[in-house]
Amino acid sequence: MAETAIRFSGVNKWFGKLHVLREINLAIGAGEVVVVCGPSGSGKSTLIRTVNGLERVQGGDVVVLGESIARRGVNLPALRTRVGMVFQSFNLFPHMTALENIMLAPMKVKRVARPEAEKLARALLERVGLREKAANYPANLSGGQQQRVAIARALAMQPRIMLFDEPTSALDPEMINEVLDVMTSLAREGMTMMCVTHEMGFARRVAHRVVFMDEGQVVEEGTPDEFFRAPKSDRGKQFLSKILTH
Amino acid sequence: MNYAFKWSVLWSGQSGAWLLQGLITTLELSAVAWLIAVALGILSGALRTVPFRPLRWLATFYVEFFRNVPLLVWMFFWYFAVPPLLPRPAQDWVFNHGAEFWAGTAALGVYHGARMSEVIRSGIGAIPRTQFEASVAMGLTTFQAYRLVILPVALRLIVPPGTNESLNLLKNSSVALTISVAELTFQTRQIETYTAKAIEALTAGTLIYLVLCLSIATIMARVERAYAIPGLISRTQAG
Ligand SMILES: Nc1ncnc2c1ncn2[C@@H]1O[C@H](COP(=O)(O)OP(=O)(O)O)[C@@H](O)[C@H]1O
Ligand SMILES: [Mg+2]
Repeated sequence: MAETAIRFSGVNKWFGKLHVLREINLAIGAGEVVVVCGPSGSGKSTLIRTVNGLERVQGGDVVVLGESIARRGVNLPALRTRVGMVFQSFNLFPHMTALENIMLAPMKVKRVARPEAEKLARALLERVGLREKAANYPANLSGGQQQRVAIARALAMQPRIMLFDEPTSALDPEMINEVLDVMTSLAREGMTMMCVTHEMGFARRVAHRVVFMDEGQVVEEGTPDEFFRAPKSDRGKQFLSKILTH
Repeated sequence: MNYAFKWSVLWSGQSGAWLLQGLITTLELSAVAWLIAVALGILSGALRTVPFRPLRWLATFYVEFFRNVPLLVWMFFWYFAVPPLLPRPAQDWVFNHGAEFWAGTAALGVYHGARMSEVIRSGIGAIPRTQFEASVAMGLTTFQAYRLVILPVALRLIVPPGTNESLNLLKNSSVALTISVAELTFQTRQIETYTAKAIEALTAGTLIYLVLCLSIATIMARVERAYAIPGLISRTQAG
């Protein structure tokens, strides 16, 4: 990987007394797909949320596309237009249709004219397989469909990096694959992706690297093959035995 | 009982004109005060939830200060205490343009603005924090996130308590009679003074307030349905 898209260097963060991120060092290259896994409460969400400044770091820095997010006076809205985020709980805006959800940021942030924004939004809906659902409100979409719209909405800003925080954890099992398929095709197109997920099939097929976290630390990292076949750490072994027996 | 009813006092002499004048003044007073209350309520209600502490404190101070002093005191304050503080030309202007009306409007507006603020804050509180995060994560500024996402949803959620608070404002506009605003209750009292027919006069006033409140409640129920968030309304109807 030539270019670095995200570099965490010596990142620390506390919630009160709780040391949630402990000296994280990690680099994600442009075009790389990194899966972050680990037990609940290990700091995965907090880590991924530092990338777009939803959480501020208290030590160290995260450099995203060459911009330091810890720098005073950093223009977070500008940086965020280049970093899309998909949440566990979809977070579509309930008072807007699927199409309007996707059109919002291009129109309001990039000042794209309405007809162009609509064209873009329709193309994105097509891409996530929801062309017919343009006029649906979120309440009238299934969880899997909502999450696909949420991905389309993030892509509407034409981001260089996509962040996924457990995008399939809130879904019924039969809807998980439709979301993973969209993520897979995105990865194949060369998108830089940081995904918190426990979908081991996805990690094996798509990820270039797996990062295993526990208690706020990166315990180990390696190729999916290395990690799933023979984790180096005991904590990694324990974690894998737990999720595989499920 | 030897009270002789004489309902004709309501449409003989000047009574009708007075009631109409009173109704118009009540509507004007309430409408302007409502606009002030809604603007202040949205502003301070939103500020109380933003991720910036000094603004939250400022909004909290406004709400607690204005909400915890009786409306009557605010009426006197704006009528007797504020004008002398104004520069001379402004004082003259105010006294030539219905000082009572503007004092009453200001008192009613800021007092109910503080109460409206609580309603709006609770509406914002009902929206998951992640909606705000999703908004800013797309590159919207905090201001845009509130204007385009948080407030449009919150305002739809608070139509019922907001209507309630609006009706309180309308009813409380009668307190303005204490600073001689010639609104509906003031005119009712005037009819009573001139005709000595208290029951008739008060009945007329009561009925007018009742009709006003019921009409507003009906209109707002329509507004609620027209702007309902798909999925949310059906859930409340089902539940
Ligand atoms: N806003 C917050 N305030 C206080 N504690 C938090 C907050 N967010 C997360 N935590 C705590 O930080 C730890 C790490 O949380 P998180 O990053 O969400 O873990 P994960 O995503 O790996 O499950 C947990 O113990 C969690 O309870
Ligand atoms: Mg998490």
